[in-house]
Amino acid sequence: MRILRNLGKSANIFLQKIGRVTKFIISIFLSLFTPPTYGGEIFKAIFQIGWMSLPVLGLTALFTGGALALQIHAGGSRFNAEQVVPAIVAIGMARELGPVLGGLIVAARVASSIAAEIGTMKVTEQVDALITLSTDPIKFLAVPRVLAATLSLPVLIAIGDSIGILGGYLVGINRLDFSSSTYLASSASMLQISDISSGLVKGIFFGFIISLSGCYCGFHSSNGAEGVGKATKSAVVAACVFILAANYILTEVFFNS
Amino acid sequence: MIKIKNVHKSFSDQNVLDGVDMLVREGSSTAIIGTSGAGKSVLLKILLGLIKPDIGEVSIGNIQVSYDKPSGTLSEIGMLFQGSALFDSLPVWQNICFKFLKGREKLSSKDAKDLAIQNLKKVGLSHEVANKYPSDLSGGMRKRVALARAILGNPKIIFFDEPTTGLDPIMTNTINNLIREIVETMEVTALTITHDISSVEQIADNVALLESGRIRWEGKSEKLRGCKDPYVYQFINGETKGPIKVI
Repeated sequence: MRILRNLGKSANIFLQKIGRVTKFIISIFLSLFTPPTYGGEIFKAIFQIGWMSLPVLGLTALFTGGALALQIHAGGSRFNAEQVVPAIVAIGMARELGPVLGGLIVAARVASSIAAEIGTMKVTEQVDALITLSTDPIKFLAVPRVLAATLSLPVLIAIGDSIGILGGYLVGINRLDFSSSTYLASSASMLQISDISSGLVKGIFFGFIISLSGCYCGFHSSNGAEGVGKATKSAVVAACVFILAANYILTEVFFNS
Repeated sequence: MIKIKNVHKSFSDQNVLDGVDMLVREGSSTAIIGTSGAGKSVLLKILLGLIKPDIGEVSIGNIQVSYDKPSGTLSEIGMLFQGSALFDSLPVWQNICFKFLKGREKLSSKDAKDLAIQNLKKVGLSHEVANKYPSDLSGGMRKRVALARAILGNPKIIFFDEPTTGLDPIMTNTINNLIREIVETMEVTALTITHDISSVEQIADNVALLESGRIRWEGKSEKLRGCKDPYVYQFINGETKGPIKVI
């Protein structure tokens, strides 16, 4: 009986959470299409989310591309297929590693900062102050961040893909004895537009997931510093889990089409 | 005029407001006093439209406060938050003129800054403060900047939530004098939430004691000290025994 009661209670809490998240998403979409639009806030958010994520994303992609080239070479050499290294690095970075690693890195950096910033504003009554100054907090705080992340992620992923392929290229010509022209020609000949576009589409979804997790957890944080800490942790965990889940679903969709 | 009619509010199992009825007359300065947890801040948030009551209604002027969308009464209200609630990422002048920089009625940056400096002077701060960030200011200065923001646009009503909490006696006196001066010169209706009796005597004409979710006593502030009401007597004298339960 007690187990059933606890199960029912947990299901109720879970459904309430789903309802709150759905309501939050709807309010963001409704706010997107009604004035006022805070252009300055959107550009500020693009700078913070997009531009400021470039160094960490670039370094991650560079090292990942290099490591991927070594791993593929090690595996390929077992059946004399070392020549596939450039093609697999390019396809692997564009279709999977670029979007997923980029998404996870940006999630760690951006979802946490959005949740901490909005959470702190919530517990110090700055969000209430916005309302008393006739400013909708969803429009002013959430919409610019969601727009900025959704627009920035595909661009970041495109840059990350290129840097990752460059990492593989540097390792290929310096460590694996590929000639520069052979490596580039092999990469370019095997890489298709659909490989790149599927990664960029993933980026749009990942950007939305990251910013939504940050904003939702920030707006629902409570209990002072501890609450903000919990909100920050929840935002990163939720963003990472949903990115990996969305990645599988989107890969299935692209695979079938 | 602010009308509060039969307002009830509970959170989970806790009954915070249990039928609050109150009338704040236009142009008056009223203080709501009560122990911590008595429901004062919840009542204030209900007046602002930030929390929806379970039962009851609130009207400001002739407009009923709405809770499903931003309340239409907000344009007539200035609010001083307990912790000042200044926006950390904006300099002081942008905090003060936020309404005119991000709101519907837009001002140019230069005009907004001039207006912010004018308001800073009204609360006794120099123009040099305008370019500073909230983190560069002391608690008292932050309170005064928040006061400058609250009076921007000549609101008809100003709410003060614990305006002197955490301030030293001299700064407490300064803030109280500023509030009194603002209420008199701007002819606003003021509602202050506090548990500082000396502040009440300085800034309020009328007082209401809120305890266990209900208004237990209402009267003139000068009658507070000699009041024989058991709730007021216990609160004023800080007695641990009496009708107010110490939790």
